[in-house]
Amino acid sequence: MTFLRNTFKFFLAGIFILFGLIVSNSAKAQDGKALFNANCASCHKMDAKLTGPALLGVEDRWKGNRKNLHEWILNSGNYLKKGDPYATNLFNEYGKLQMTAFAGTLDEKQVDAILDYIKKWAPPTAVTTTNSAAAEGEGKDNSLLFGIITLILAVVAFTLMQVNSSLKKLTDDKDGIAAAEPVPFWRNKTYIAFVIIVLFLVGGYYTTKGAIGLGRQKDYQPEQPIYYSHKVHAGVNQINCQYCHIGVYQGKQATIPSVNVCMNCHLAINEYKGEPIHSDDGKEINGTAEIQKLYKKAHYTPGQPWDAAKAEPIEWVRIHNLPDHVYFNHSQHVVAGKVECQTCHGEVTAMGEVKQFADLSMGWCINCHRTTQVNFKGNGFYSIYEKYHEDLKNGKIDSTKGITVEKIGGTECQKCHY
Amino acid sequence: MSDKKYWQSFGELNNSEAYQQTAKDEFNEMLPFEDNSKGLLDAKTPRRDFLKYLGFSTAAATLAASCETPVTKSIPFANKPEDIVPGIANYYATTYVQDGDAVSILAKVRDGRPIKIEGNELSILTKGGTTARAQASILDLYNTARLRFPTIAGKEVTFEAFDKAVGDAVGTAPVVILTSSIVSPSTKEVINQFIAKHPGSKHVVYDGVSYSGILQANAATYGKQVIPSYRFDKAKVIVSLGADFLGTWISPAEFAKQYAEGKKINEKKPEMSKHIHFESVASMTGSNADERVLHKPSQLGSIAAALLSAVNGGSVNFSDAEIKKGIEKTAKTLIAHKGEALVVCGSNDTNIQIIVNAINEAVGANGKTIDWSSLYTNYQGVDADFVKLLDELNAGSVSNLFIYGANPAHTWVATDKFKAALAKVKTVVSFSSVNDETTQLCKYVIPSHHYLESWGDAEIKTANFSFMQPTINPLFKTRQWQDSLLKWSGATTDYAAFLKNYWSTKLGGDTNWEKALQDGVVNAPATETLGTASFNSNAVANASSTAASTKGKGKFELSLYQKISVGATNGASNPWLQELPDPVTRATWDNYIIVSPKLAKDLLKIDLSNNGQADAYEVNPPKKVVKLTAGGKSISLPALIIPGTEENTVGIALGYGRTDKLGKATVDAGKDAFIFTSLKDNNVSWFTDDVQLELTNDTYKIALTQTHNIYDTKQGKRTEVMKELTLDEFKENPNEIIEDREKELAPYGGLEKFEKEGTIYPYYDKPGIKWGMSIDLNTCTGCSACVIACHAENNVPVVGKPEVLRFHDMHWLRIDRYYSGDMNNPNVVFQPMMCQHCDNAPCENVCPVAATNHSSEGLNQMTYNRCIGTRYCANNCPYKVRRFNWADYTGADSFPDNQREVLNDVVMNMNDDLTRMVLNPDVTVRSRGVIEKCSFCVQRLQEGKLKAKKESRPLKSGENNEWDVKTACQQACPTNAIVFGNVNDAHSAISITRQDNKLRTFYSLEQLHVLPNVNYLAKVRHIDEEHEGAKKEEKEHA
Repeated sequence: MTFLRNTFKFFLAGIFILFGLIVSNSAKAQDGKALFNANCASCHKMDAKLTGPALLGVEDRWKGNRKNLHEWILNSGNYLKKGDPYATNLFNEYGKLQMTAFAGTLDEKQVDAILDYIKKWAPPTAVTTTNSAAAEGEGKDNSLLFGIITLILAVVAFTLMQVNSSLKKLTDDKDGIAAAEPVPFWRNKTYIAFVIIVLFLVGGYYTTKGAIGLGRQKDYQPEQPIYYSHKVHAGVNQINCQYCHIGVYQGKQATIPSVNVCMNCHLAINEYKGEPIHSDDGKEINGTAEIQKLYKKAHYTPGQPWDAAKAEPIEWVRIHNLPDHVYFNHSQHVVAGKVECQTCHGEVTAMGEVKQFADLSMGWCINCHRTTQVNFKGNGFYSIYEKYHEDLKNGKIDSTKGITVEKIGGTECQKCHY
Repeated sequence: MSDKKYWQSFGELNNSEAYQQTAKDEFNEMLPFEDNSKGLLDAKTPRRDFLKYLGFSTAAATLAASCETPVTKSIPFANKPEDIVPGIANYYATTYVQDGDAVSILAKVRDGRPIKIEGNELSILTKGGTTARAQASILDLYNTARLRFPTIAGKEVTFEAFDKAVGDAVGTAPVVILTSSIVSPSTKEVINQFIAKHPGSKHVVYDGVSYSGILQANAATYGKQVIPSYRFDKAKVIVSLGADFLGTWISPAEFAKQYAEGKKINEKKPEMSKHIHFESVASMTGSNADERVLHKPSQLGSIAAALLSAVNGGSVNFSDAEIKKGIEKTAKTLIAHKGEALVVCGSNDTNIQIIVNAINEAVGANGKTIDWSSLYTNYQGVDADFVKLLDELNAGSVSNLFIYGANPAHTWVATDKFKAALAKVKTVVSFSSVNDETTQLCKYVIPSHHYLESWGDAEIKTANFSFMQPTINPLFKTRQWQDSLLKWSGATTDYAAFLKNYWSTKLGGDTNWEKALQDGVVNAPATETLGTASFNSNAVANASSTAASTKGKGKFELSLYQKISVGATNGASNPWLQELPDPVTRATWDNYIIVSPKLAKDLLKIDLSNNGQADAYEVNPPKKVVKLTAGGKSISLPALIIPGTEENTVGIALGYGRTDKLGKATVDAGKDAFIFTSLKDNNVSWFTDDVQLELTNDTYKIALTQTHNIYDTKQGKRTEVMKELTLDEFKENPNEIIEDREKELAPYGGLEKFEKEGTIYPYYDKPGIKWGMSIDLNTCTGCSACVIACHAENNVPVVGKPEVLRFHDMHWLRIDRYYSGDMNNPNVVFQPMMCQHCDNAPCENVCPVAATNHSSEGLNQMTYNRCIGTRYCANNCPYKVRRFNWADYTGADSFPDNQREVLNDVVMNMNDDLTRMVLNPDVTVRSRGVIEKCSFCVQRLQEGKLKAKKESRPLKSGENNEWDVKTACQQACPTNAIVFGNVNDAHSAISITRQDNKLRTFYSLEQLHVLPNVNYLAKVRHIDEEHEGAKKEEKEHA
């Protein structure tokens, strides 16, 4: 019996250790990806040159010498002084542009995590769009079909009514009853009343709908001064949203990047060599020419040093407009609420020029607040809701539904209007 | 609690019909309803017209709807500055320095523009407190009337041309630099450098409000021409001889903080300081006093002398029995508290101040409540110096004069003489940033920055330094005057570098300087012992006999005073300050002659005990104009009747009647009373005797807010609105307030069961946070810093005098003033009143569109975009705190017709693009036709909660003095009378305040069962006589 119990204990311990290993391993790899996206992705791609070289196979190129790589990554300036010919060549090849020193930001373990991630990386398989296509097929509009049927039925009904009245007239003639003066249908009061009511209903419906939709701009996709493709930047090159929209974790505005942020990368990238870009109406976009537009605003001539002080701001057309009486805070949703950008902005990584994804109506906000759960147990702020915690424990609140934003007052007026 | 009546207006005291009517009415004006008795078709808008309009507007709306939504641009920075994230406010520590006021503050800067002033909590002097004027100073930055470029003889020139012209005119010849008191040590250094380069130059200090009496008295008795620190926190007995130390005297924000220390009550051991006030015209400080003695201004000298002899054991000879009694009592109290008593005096008479010094010596204040090791620097001007300068100017011996901060053409006793003398000077340069009376006379004008655009430092008190840094790029072509001086003395560095160098050397390195700049202050090392000075009594006997023998001529006397809002020198151009109701008179936008109720009967023929006359005076805005003549000069101003004013003394506020060039707010606002100042023994005197008063047939409208927003219960004594008791009563029966509440609530279930049983409405949970506020009536001085802070934080509009006259004032927070007792010398209680955020709010259930409703955090929410303006809520509000936008005060509408012909220039000027930069972008600017009211600064609450959420921790509301959330009024309050926070958190400051002050806690109109979330702590008055009197009466009755 004791033996059995001991075996069981060992067995359990084994499972735990194994589980722990898996978890920690995956955490490490996960870490590498996040670290790569946050620190490297703005200048490096896996399989193509960006500001810096493609990183796939970097360890092979460095002959597996992680020690040198560490030094190089953490402070390339110092490493260059050592006179490693490979490093010197690399430096010259990339326009003598020194890589940001990461000493202080990253430690060696984190660099290792990134290198591991690079080692394991495989090109992403193409995103299948069949799902959405299928969904479109399913929800296909049948109104045309119904419309035609309705029309046919109406014509049939109208003909039958005419036939009926003709027949009635015939029998009346036969019976010798004097027929009333025939009234043409456009002067028939019943018809007129019917048409007016129908017009009123239809007109009313569209007026109301139009009025509700005033100022709403779902699918708004204005032409921007520069054809900036999110697909190229955030999709293909996987630049983290936050790299450009720096305010998104900090304040109410996500902020549109200033010219110097664009120039961080575009000092080195002065031509577009990727897949051909097509705008939504099928026109081919010359990526290099668009970069030139940026240079014009930045007052930069490739090959010459850039004076940031001369740059002019770019007048982008604002897509997401909230009325003045609405307070919206990005950091509230992204940091406290941990909402993904895509939830409200759609698949931006697949958009050329950005298009408004949601209608940004109050109903749309409220619906989300009604169904979205807050991080009730994870966020220390909610520890003050003692009663809710109690109710969750003893099952008075359905734990699958959890604590929604609405439950903590997220649909009250003065959460957004003040 | 005694059963006395509290009243705001004379009508209320008499319970006149007019008062009853106004208390009943929803709005105090006739609404523009048409008389429709003629039938619908003959009405102004007949049915057909109505249909036409309806059709047209529908068509117009359709047309508008088919138009495309306008394209908005989003323009980011070209190069984003590292420390600016759009939408996030930065706070820069700086210092408000103006005309003797110096307060350490933080400027809240949103997207590059300062929008709000907060007190700097690191300063050991003010500890985060501010004044109304410091709060309002931010609006001066955006004053459209600021000077925008340097001029020579009125023509715009470049800085280079200006430098050259001044260089040519002055050369290295001697220059007289005339300034107000310079509190900045580095600026003094700059001046010294300039003087060194221009041999024979000198620096003359002239203050618009002079303290040279104190300075010279201290020179005579202590050998130092300085102002020591007064420590009201160390004093158990405070006697003020006309010093308005909570409002305008020397350092009011700091004194208020100290004063509140003595007024805080520990319920287990109820003790508090006693404040006896001698004054001629009701002031804010006098209204806070436990006991007030009224006297004529000319009697002050003999009162001081009598008090001195009394504290030294002598007898008091005084003809006036009341005053004699007051002096004897004061002396007795002072003697009983030797070593913990303090006497201050607002007089500018050297002799009187010498006597006050002697009294302070006699009561052991030196080194106990007066600190001679810590000296004020904000008032250094001695009037004799300026008199001497005037002589020099007149003699033509001064050829170059630079003027900064001083405005003698408005503030000097004889402006004509100054103007004539100024004309004899060859080169006059003004550095003023506004076109004031003196600047208008100067050929060379090179405007300096506003303080929020400036570098600088201030030694507010010895070794207490406070720093200034620019919070915005200069808006106009202005140059800081120190820069000009440095340039003209041939220095190559600018003032910013000079300042950095100066402080890096002093503080030991750049890092220390940067730290000091970031903190905003370097405080003096804390010490428990106060400095002493040796007293020389030689001058006392002479001063005593001179002061005692001074007699006033004539029956009437005039006392000139400063308002806490406009002040004597620079507040008049600020619309926020102009519209701020004076805490004592409750008047806005003007100055006036203050008369006592007794004088009103003789002079104005208004008998306040006569209902008809009292009502006629009170209800109608036009007030009778009185012509006042003294010393050959006269002024005609409307008369206001203010209890607490000496019978035959009248008062006029300084600082009004300014030039129109300072801004729209000064146009037609009051009259200049500086003409009645005079020189007595080479000191400016604020009193004039031998005054003739004459009633004219004219009337003038005064925008009084006294009778606005009346609310009361059937009981009619207002003791259900606010509660007050004396210290003795409180000691005798600590449960008095609770018993009183019990009595009020008895018909509805009593205190215990009241919340659940007193209503038919269900009880709603507040599961997370429940906001609450506590206001201590004992420490509220009525200073109104909170009112202006609320203005700035919440984009509360300025409505202008005509609109205030129509009862349309918009303040979210008002300070109600209640009188009780003797009409001629009443006790005063100030009660800040704002939306009480009732949990069972009567406004909420009458709104037809649910625009006002309750949040799960206990907020009474107001949703502007939902409001349709029925104003049922305002009608149903028992506290009358809801405000209606009768016109488009802020320019929020797209229809200009909502402003035209309704709003005056001042309000239109508030809609200027420049002035609008002061608006808080987180708060909606309300349009016409919606109700608004206090929101508990919901934008701050949301911000604080978000901060806590992002850091994944519970909200901090005051535990260990850590705050995520403070309302604007709470932050601005110099006495910490307002405490705000989460009531559900047992460790929050609000919970602890309510717990510790259970015996004084009450809710206004509690028996209505509206369940307010604002509680008050009852005022306790340190008074004993009346209580004894009452007891006697009781015995007699028994």
